[in-house]
Amino acid sequence: MLSTREKELIAEIWGRLTPVAEDIGAEALLRMFATEPGSKTYFSHLDISPSSAHLRSHGKKIVLAIAEGAKDISQLAVTLGPLQTLHAYQLRIDPTNFKFFSHCMLVTLAAHMRNDFTPVAHAAMDKYLSAFAAVLAEKFR
Amino acid sequence: MVEWIDFERDTIVDIFSKMQYEVVGPEALARCLIVYPWTQRYFGNFGNLYNAAAISGNPMVAKHGTTILHGLDRAVKNMDDIKSTYAELSVLHSEKLHVDPDNFKLLSDCLTIEVAAQLGNDFTGEVQAAFQKFLAVVVSSLGRQYH
Repeated sequence: MLSTREKELIAEIWGRLTPVAEDIGAEALLRMFATEPGSKTYFSHLDISPSSAHLRSHGKKIVLAIAEGAKDISQLAVTLGPLQTLHAYQLRIDPTNFKFFSHCMLVTLAAHMRNDFTPVAHAAMDKYLSAFAAVLAEKFR
Repeated sequence: MVEWIDFERDTIVDIFSKMQYEVVGPEALARCLIVYPWTQRYFGNFGNLYNAAAISGNPMVAKHGTTILHGLDRAVKNMDDIKSTYAELSVLHSEKLHVDPDNFKLLSDCLTIEVAAQLGNDFTGEVQAAFQKFLAVVVSSLGRQYH
Protein backbone atom coordinates (compact mmCIF):
# COMPACT_ATOMS: atom_id res chain seq x y z
CA MET A 1 0.00 0.00 0.00
CA LEU A 2 1.49 3.32 -1.04
CA SER A 3 0.74 6.51 0.86
CA THR A 4 0.18 9.81 -0.97
CA ARG A 5 3.59 11.03 0.18
CA GLU A 6 5.25 7.84 -1.12
CA LYS A 7 3.58 8.22 -4.53
CA GLU A 8 4.86 11.81 -4.72
CA LEU A 9 8.36 10.67 -3.75
CA ILE A 10 8.35 7.92 -6.38
CA ALA A 11 7.10 10.25 -9.15
CA GLU A 12 9.71 12.81 -8.13
CA ILE A 13 12.61 10.34 -8.19
CA TRP A 14 11.68 8.89 -11.59
CA GLY A 15 11.11 12.38 -12.95
CA ARG A 16 14.69 13.23 -12.00
CA LEU A 17 16.08 10.03 -13.50
CA THR A 18 14.30 10.22 -16.85
CA PRO A 19 17.13 12.23 -18.48
CA VAL A 20 19.58 9.44 -17.57
CA ALA A 21 17.19 6.58 -18.33
CA GLU A 22 19.75 4.91 -20.61
CA ASP A 23 22.47 4.86 -17.94
CA ILE A 24 20.18 3.67 -15.15
CA GLY A 25 18.47 1.03 -17.29
CA ALA A 26 21.67 -0.36 -18.75
CA GLU A 27 23.29 -0.54 -15.31
CA ALA A 28 20.33 -2.35 -13.74
CA LEU A 29 20.34 -4.88 -16.58
CA LEU A 30 24.09 -5.44 -16.31
CA ARG A 31 23.79 -5.97 -12.57
CA MET A 32 21.07 -8.54 -13.17
CA PHE A 33 23.13 -10.37 -15.80
CA ALA A 34 26.12 -10.47 -13.42
CA THR A 35 24.17 -11.73 -10.41
CA GLU A 36 21.55 -13.95 -12.09
CA PRO A 37 23.10 -15.59 -15.15
CA GLY A 38 19.80 -17.34 -15.96
CA SER A 39 18.33 -13.96 -16.86
CA LYS A 40 20.69 -13.73 -19.83
CA THR A 41 18.82 -16.53 -21.58
CA TYR A 42 16.10 -14.05 -22.56
CA PHE A 43 18.60 -11.90 -24.43
CA SER A 44 20.33 -14.39 -26.69
CA HIS A 45 19.18 -12.36 -29.69
CA LEU A 46 20.82 -9.14 -28.49
CA ASP A 47 24.32 -7.90 -27.77
CA ILE A 48 24.25 -7.31 -24.00
CA SER A 49 27.91 -6.50 -23.44
CA PRO A 50 28.52 -3.36 -21.35
CA SER A 51 27.94 -0.12 -23.33
CA SER A 52 26.43 -2.00 -26.29
CA ALA A 53 23.76 -0.03 -28.15
CA HIS A 54 21.23 -2.86 -27.65
CA LEU A 55 21.76 -2.87 -23.90
CA ARG A 56 21.43 0.90 -23.55
CA SER A 57 18.34 1.20 -25.73
CA HIS A 58 16.69 -1.71 -23.96
CA GLY A 59 17.54 -0.31 -20.55
CA LYS A 60 16.12 3.04 -21.62
CA LYS A 61 12.83 1.44 -22.72
CA ILE A 62 12.40 -0.28 -19.38
CA VAL A 63 13.19 2.81 -17.28
CA LEU A 64 10.89 5.01 -19.34
CA ALA A 65 8.05 2.53 -18.83
CA ILE A 66 8.70 2.50 -15.08
CA ALA A 67 8.85 6.30 -15.03
CA GLU A 68 5.63 6.56 -17.04
CA GLY A 69 3.82 4.27 -14.60
CA ALA A 70 5.07 6.39 -11.70
CA LYS A 71 3.20 9.45 -12.96
CA ASP A 72 -0.15 7.90 -11.97
CA ILE A 73 0.30 4.73 -9.96
CA SER A 74 -3.45 4.22 -9.53
CA GLN A 75 -3.69 3.72 -13.31
CA LEU A 76 -0.92 1.10 -13.62
CA ALA A 77 -3.19 -1.57 -15.12
CA VAL A 78 -4.28 0.86 -17.84
CA THR A 79 -0.80 2.28 -18.53
CA LEU A 80 0.75 -1.19 -18.68
CA GLY A 81 -1.98 -2.88 -20.75
CA PRO A 82 0.06 -3.31 -23.94
CA LEU A 83 3.18 -4.30 -22.00
CA GLN A 84 1.15 -6.88 -20.07
CA THR A 85 0.15 -8.51 -23.34
CA LEU A 86 3.69 -8.38 -24.69
CA HIS A 87 5.18 -10.03 -21.62
CA ALA A 88 2.45 -12.67 -21.32
CA TYR A 89 2.14 -13.86 -24.89
CA GLN A 90 5.41 -13.02 -26.57
CA LEU A 91 8.23 -12.59 -24.09
CA ARG A 92 6.94 -15.13 -21.53
CA ILE A 93 9.61 -14.22 -19.01
CA ASP A 94 9.47 -16.28 -15.83
CA PRO A 95 8.19 -13.77 -13.24
CA THR A 96 10.97 -14.55 -10.73
CA ASN A 97 13.13 -12.48 -13.06
CA PHE A 98 10.99 -9.42 -12.35
CA LYS A 99 12.07 -9.74 -8.70
CA PHE A 100 15.73 -10.04 -9.68
CA PHE A 101 15.47 -6.99 -11.92
CA SER A 102 13.64 -4.96 -9.27
CA HIS A 103 16.36 -5.77 -6.72
CA CYS A 104 19.09 -4.76 -9.19
CA MET A 105 17.19 -1.55 -9.93
CA LEU A 106 17.17 -0.77 -6.19
CA VAL A 107 20.93 -1.43 -6.02
CA THR A 108 21.45 0.87 -9.03
CA LEU A 109 19.41 3.60 -7.35
CA ALA A 110 21.44 3.18 -4.14
CA ALA A 111 24.76 3.37 -6.03
CA HIS A 112 23.62 6.54 -7.82
CA MET A 113 21.67 8.36 -5.13
CA ARG A 114 23.95 7.26 -2.24
CA ASN A 115 22.61 8.74 1.00
CA ASP A 116 19.65 10.28 -0.82
CA PHE A 117 18.35 6.73 -1.25
CA THR A 118 16.98 6.87 2.27
CA PRO A 119 15.20 3.93 3.91
CA VAL A 120 11.90 5.73 3.27
CA ALA A 121 12.69 6.16 -0.45
CA HIS A 122 13.89 2.53 -0.57
CA ALA A 123 10.67 1.26 1.02
CA ALA A 124 8.49 3.30 -1.34
CA MET A 125 10.48 2.22 -4.39
CA ASP A 126 10.45 -1.46 -3.39
CA LYS A 127 6.67 -1.31 -3.01
CA TYR A 128 6.23 0.45 -6.34
CA LEU A 129 8.45 -1.96 -8.28
CA SER A 130 6.66 -4.95 -6.69
CA ALA A 131 3.30 -3.51 -7.73
CA PHE A 132 4.66 -2.78 -11.21
CA ALA A 133 5.93 -6.36 -11.59
CA ALA A 134 2.65 -7.80 -10.30
CA VAL A 135 0.61 -5.80 -12.82
CA LEU A 136 3.03 -6.74 -15.59
CA ALA A 137 2.49 -10.43 -14.84
CA GLU A 138 -1.31 -10.21 -14.60
CA LYS A 139 -2.05 -11.67 -18.02
CA PHE A 140 0.38 -14.57 -17.63
CA ARG A 141 -2.42 -16.93 -16.65
CA MET B 1 31.78 -27.12 -0.57
CA VAL B 2 31.49 -23.59 -1.90
CA GLU B 3 34.04 -22.75 -4.56
CA TRP B 4 35.46 -19.24 -4.58
CA ILE B 5 37.52 -17.71 -7.35
CA ASP B 6 40.28 -15.25 -6.41
CA PHE B 7 38.24 -12.24 -7.50
CA GLU B 8 35.45 -13.23 -5.10
CA ARG B 9 37.78 -13.80 -2.14
CA ASP B 10 39.64 -10.55 -2.77
CA THR B 11 36.39 -8.62 -3.20
CA ILE B 12 34.90 -9.87 0.07
CA VAL B 13 38.09 -9.23 2.05
CA ASP B 14 38.36 -5.78 0.47
CA ILE B 15 34.78 -4.76 1.24
CA PHE B 16 35.06 -5.78 4.87
CA SER B 17 38.51 -4.24 5.34
CA LYS B 18 37.00 -0.87 4.37
CA MET B 19 33.72 -1.43 6.21
CA GLN B 20 32.49 1.31 8.54
CA TYR B 21 30.75 -1.08 10.90
CA GLU B 22 29.16 1.59 13.09
CA VAL B 23 27.53 3.23 10.08
CA VAL B 24 26.65 0.33 7.81
CA GLY B 25 25.45 -2.08 10.51
CA PRO B 26 22.91 0.26 12.10
CA GLU B 27 21.71 1.56 8.72
CA ALA B 28 21.27 -1.93 7.25
CA LEU B 29 19.21 -3.13 10.22
CA ALA B 30 17.18 0.09 10.25
CA ARG B 31 16.52 -0.32 6.54
CA CYS B 32 15.28 -3.86 7.12
CA LEU B 33 12.90 -2.77 9.90
CA ILE B 34 11.61 0.13 7.75
CA VAL B 35 11.36 -1.56 4.35
CA TYR B 36 10.05 -4.87 5.76
CA PRO B 37 8.10 -3.78 8.85
CA TRP B 38 7.04 -7.32 9.78
CA THR B 39 10.65 -7.99 10.79
CA GLN B 40 9.96 -5.74 13.79
CA ARG B 41 8.22 -8.74 15.36
CA TYR B 42 11.59 -9.95 16.64
CA PHE B 43 12.43 -6.69 18.35
CA GLY B 44 9.50 -6.11 20.70
CA ASN B 45 11.79 -4.98 23.50
CA PHE B 46 13.68 -2.40 21.42
CA GLY B 47 11.40 0.50 22.42
CA ASN B 48 10.24 3.05 19.87
CA LEU B 49 10.03 1.57 16.35
CA TYR B 50 6.97 3.60 15.50
CA ASN B 51 8.20 5.26 12.30
CA ALA B 52 11.27 5.51 10.08
CA ALA B 53 12.78 8.41 12.04
CA ALA B 54 12.33 6.57 15.34
CA ILE B 55 13.90 3.40 13.94
CA SER B 56 16.86 5.24 12.39
CA GLY B 57 17.50 7.04 15.68
CA ASN B 58 16.97 4.06 17.97
CA PRO B 59 20.19 3.27 19.91
CA MET B 60 19.26 -0.40 20.45
CA VAL B 61 18.82 -0.83 16.70
CA ALA B 62 22.19 0.82 16.13
CA LYS B 63 23.96 -1.38 18.66
CA HIS B 64 22.38 -4.56 17.34
CA GLY B 65 23.09 -3.61 13.73
CA THR B 66 26.78 -3.23 14.55
CA THR B 67 26.76 -6.59 16.37
CA ILE B 68 25.18 -8.36 13.41
CA LEU B 69 27.67 -6.87 10.94
CA HIS B 70 30.63 -7.89 13.09
CA GLY B 71 29.05 -11.34 13.18
CA LEU B 72 29.97 -11.61 9.51
CA ASP B 73 33.68 -11.25 10.29
CA ARG B 74 34.00 -14.91 11.15
CA ALA B 75 32.59 -15.89 7.78
CA VAL B 76 35.04 -13.57 6.02
CA LYS B 77 37.91 -15.30 7.87
CA ASN B 78 36.53 -18.80 7.18
CA MET B 79 35.14 -18.55 3.69
CA ASP B 80 35.89 -22.20 3.02
CA ASP B 81 33.68 -23.47 5.81
CA ILE B 82 30.99 -20.96 6.57
CA LYS B 83 28.55 -23.76 7.26
CA SER B 84 30.29 -25.04 10.39
CA THR B 85 31.34 -21.52 11.40
CA TYR B 86 27.67 -20.65 11.84
CA ALA B 87 26.31 -23.99 13.07
CA GLU B 88 25.88 -22.69 16.62
CA LEU B 89 24.39 -19.37 15.52
CA SER B 90 21.96 -21.29 13.33
CA VAL B 91 20.79 -23.34 16.30
CA LEU B 92 20.44 -20.14 18.34
CA HIS B 93 18.29 -18.43 15.70
CA SER B 94 16.12 -21.52 15.38
CA GLU B 95 15.74 -22.86 18.92
CA LYS B 96 16.01 -19.72 21.01
CA LEU B 97 15.16 -16.74 18.81
CA HIS B 98 12.61 -18.54 16.59
CA VAL B 99 13.46 -16.40 13.57
CA ASP B 100 11.88 -17.41 10.24
CA PRO B 101 14.93 -18.01 7.98
CA ASP B 102 13.27 -16.04 5.16
CA ASN B 103 14.15 -12.95 7.19
CA PHE B 104 17.87 -13.58 6.70
CA LYS B 105 17.43 -12.92 2.98
CA LEU B 106 15.58 -9.67 3.68
CA LEU B 107 18.38 -8.36 5.89
CA SER B 108 21.00 -9.51 3.40
CA ASP B 109 19.25 -7.57 0.60
CA CYS B 110 19.18 -4.46 2.79
CA LEU B 111 22.88 -4.89 3.57
CA THR B 112 23.65 -5.15 -0.16
CA ILE B 113 21.76 -1.93 -0.85
CA GLU B 114 23.45 -0.19 2.09
CA VAL B 115 26.92 -1.20 0.83
CA ALA B 116 25.92 -0.01 -2.67
CA ALA B 117 24.99 3.38 -1.20
CA GLN B 118 28.37 3.51 0.58
CA LEU B 119 30.54 2.46 -2.36
CA GLY B 120 28.62 4.08 -5.24
CA ASN B 121 30.11 3.24 -8.63
CA ASP B 122 32.83 1.09 -7.03
CA PHE B 123 30.04 -1.39 -6.28
CA THR B 124 30.08 -2.77 -9.82
CA GLY B 125 27.89 -5.63 -11.07
CA GLU B 126 30.78 -8.06 -10.55
CA VAL B 127 31.42 -6.84 -7.00
CA GLN B 128 27.68 -7.07 -6.31
CA ALA B 129 27.63 -10.66 -7.59
CA ALA B 130 30.52 -11.66 -5.30
CA PHE B 131 28.95 -9.93 -2.30
CA GLN B 132 25.55 -11.52 -2.93
CA LYS B 133 27.14 -14.95 -3.34
CA PHE B 134 28.92 -14.51 0.02
CA LEU B 135 25.70 -13.42 1.74
CA ALA B 136 23.78 -16.29 0.14
CA VAL B 137 26.22 -18.75 1.70
CA VAL B 138 25.87 -17.00 5.07
CA VAL B 139 22.07 -17.07 4.82
CA SER B 140 22.07 -20.73 3.86
CA SER B 141 24.37 -21.62 6.77
CA LEU B 142 22.22 -19.73 9.25
CA GLY B 143 19.19 -21.70 8.13
CA ARG B 144 21.00 -25.01 7.96
CA GLN B 145 20.36 -26.27 11.51
CA TYR B 146 16.63 -25.60 11.53
CA HIS B 147 14.46 -28.69 11.76
